[in-house]
Amino acid sequence: MYDAGKVIVGIVLFIGVATAPLWYDTIAGKSAQAPKLAKAADGPCVEPKEWMRANHMELLDHWRDAVVREGEKDYKSSTGKTWEDMKLTGTCLKCHDKARFCDKCHDYEGVKPYCWDCHVVPKKEVR
Amino acid sequence: MLEKALTGGKRYWTWLAVVVAVIVIGLVAYLYQLREGLGITGMSRDVTWGFYIAQFTFMVGVAASAVMVVLPYYLHNFKAFGKITILGEFLAISSVIMCMLFIFVDMGQPARVFNVLLHPTLHSMMFWDMMSLGGYLFLNILISRVVFSAEAKGIAPPKWIKPIIILSIPWAVSIHTVTAFLYSGLSARPFWMTAILAPRFLASAFAAGPSILILLCLLVRKVSRFDPGDKAIRKLSEIVAYAMAVNFFFVLLELFTGLYSGIPQHIEHFHYLFLGIGSATGLVPWAWSSSILMVVALVMLLLPKVRTNLRILPWICVMVVLGLWIDKGIDLIVTGFVPSPVGTVTEYSPTAPELLITLGVYAIGALIITVLYKIGIAVREAEAA
Amino acid sequence: MDVKRRDFLRIAGLGAGLGIGGQAVWEVVKGDDVLASTHREKTEGKRWAMVVETAKCRAHDCTDCITICHKIHNVPHFDDPKREVKWIWRQGFEGAFPDQFNEFLDEDITGGSVPLMCNHCDNPGCVKVCPTGATFKREDGIVVIDMHRCIGCRYCMAGCPYGSRSFNWQDPRKGLDRIDPEYPTRTKGVVEKCTFCSERLAVGKLPACVEACPYKALTFGDLADKGSDVRKALKGVYAIRRKQSLGLGPSIFYIV
Repeated sequence: MYDAGKVIVGIVLFIGVATAPLWYDTIAGKSAQAPKLAKAADGPCVEPKEWMRANHMELLDHWRDAVVREGEKDYKSSTGKTWEDMKLTGTCLKCHDKARFCDKCHDYEGVKPYCWDCHVVPKKEVR
Repeated sequence: MLEKALTGGKRYWTWLAVVVAVIVIGLVAYLYQLREGLGITGMSRDVTWGFYIAQFTFMVGVAASAVMVVLPYYLHNFKAFGKITILGEFLAISSVIMCMLFIFVDMGQPARVFNVLLHPTLHSMMFWDMMSLGGYLFLNILISRVVFSAEAKGIAPPKWIKPIIILSIPWAVSIHTVTAFLYSGLSARPFWMTAILAPRFLASAFAAGPSILILLCLLVRKVSRFDPGDKAIRKLSEIVAYAMAVNFFFVLLELFTGLYSGIPQHIEHFHYLFLGIGSATGLVPWAWSSSILMVVALVMLLLPKVRTNLRILPWICVMVVLGLWIDKGIDLIVTGFVPSPVGTVTEYSPTAPELLITLGVYAIGALIITVLYKIGIAVREAEAA
Repeated sequence: MDVKRRDFLRIAGLGAGLGIGGQAVWEVVKGDDVLASTHREKTEGKRWAMVVETAKCRAHDCTDCITICHKIHNVPHFDDPKREVKWIWRQGFEGAFPDQFNEFLDEDITGGSVPLMCNHCDNPGCVKVCPTGATFKREDGIVVIDMHRCIGCRYCMAGCPYGSRSFNWQDPRKGLDRIDPEYPTRTKGVVEKCTFCSERLAVGKLPACVEACPYKALTFGDLADKGSDVRKALKGVYAIRRKQSLGLGPSIFYIV
């Protein structure tokens, strides 16, 4: 390899810079703390908790197509129960508080769902 | 082979630095548009497409015109084009990429652009346009790569590439035809709804594209030791002459049908373009300057003594490119929207950020073509030496 | 739980797009017969339509239909006409009906203005050109836009001969004094238009404009139902549609 010394120093420097945020947080004592989510006002959820944790966006994706494009309204859950008015604001936010539930995780994960560009958080805050 | 683009003189690096600077400025302008929305452009509720889509339309033509060097060489065995087919294909590659970028910067929700592939909608011409442009880009990258690397090694290109080259000929025609269909299939826009649109697009493309190629050949000859050859350049000018004549004829056909039949919804667009409606005369100077440029260029092209004079030819080419660019890159799209379906006259002119983004896209094209030509020239120079 | 199945169908659709053929091709070939189609939609109609008694609109300089529509649907207001968003608006006779206009028509007919909105065409030009299927015709004849899918290419605006569509050139919330929490807003970069109040039809209500009109100038109903209000309103009168010669089959009828 040509310039082996320079290349290796360069790689080490790059790894150092790329992982800097991790080091910084560790030293500053701010390292990862799982967000604490507010409890739902009512339960249980439309699908089991674990499944929802992993797949809620897929479910919402499926719902919005079903509602907007197929004109369906009700959601038949795998739990056997049927939920009326399947939509973010009609179902999810009946029980969950956006600021204390959705945002907590999304902020922590650094994801910015664009749902709220259009959808309005219902006035009556639930807890 | 890319390493050949990494060596060059001061002039080369200065040029690249300028191009990259323009790209960065364009990128900053685009980030501004991404944050604020397309409201930072001059487009409006009435004129919903503007400079971006117009540049796209013009550049599809330039991309398609590569066929004008590929076809004579491969189908008619016109040897003089052997050295420049690669220049045509490289021009096509950079043009198609510019086309795609012009569409992209025009999207209101660019993050969702892949919905076109995720939800293929076969009754939309835009879907087919995306297919044909993507396919054309792939074909040209494949062909130029295979043929050129064989040539650099001094061996004959593999046999399987020949049918693919032949396929690229009708494919080139298809990209500009489908682009014309984007407009000519709309009953809502009488100005575009004409069967002559696709042939006219092709004719003007085969004039503008080879003109750009002539200018590039002359430039290449000036800045390098690679000489595309007088014979090839003169043949290109002949192609430009034919294409200009055919385009001129098509424009007259369009004008005759539109004006003589006298249907108001058709005429009012021509009226706006050439005479203006009331105080709305924004396109009038452009329309007339484009017409004059094209007529003067056509007359000069038709005189063999003038056309074959390599001192005058670049000026003719500049006139052809400018005239056709105004025609497709400004007049055609905007006029289709004026007056609006309810008779409102809303004028359009691009804003500064819109122009910067457009320039940025052109600069990306310039960067690609510079690098590709640099590689091409390096190989050609090595052959000559 | 058939999320997985949906994904599969999507992939299958992509395959169709790549030339393997399939449902999408079939949709192009088979065409649409609205009156014969069945419907899954919760609303009752098979082809919703509206009849406008233009004399009533001309007689009154009233904008109640516009106000209520724009209020309940969070349609933003911008002063710059270039950035305008509108679902329903008033237009003079000549602009609305360029084919029917002539200079000798009675001032009674050409004066004043009539309400214009999306025509919810039987054969919509916008749906044909949309490259993602974001805008589509429902089984009850309503042409809607799937705001989640719209990429903002504005091809539908070029394809609509009625000027019924508006684009969000900027964040629409900048043009809203108050947001009605019952209806979503839109985001910048998508196209929007009248929906025939599909959200109200779903719960058995009439479109807001029809309900709000103090002069009962607007009648709404199902064209496929012979006994419907719109069919009754069309009896014994001469009603025109906008740019009928284009063959798009607009569903708004204007009694002149």
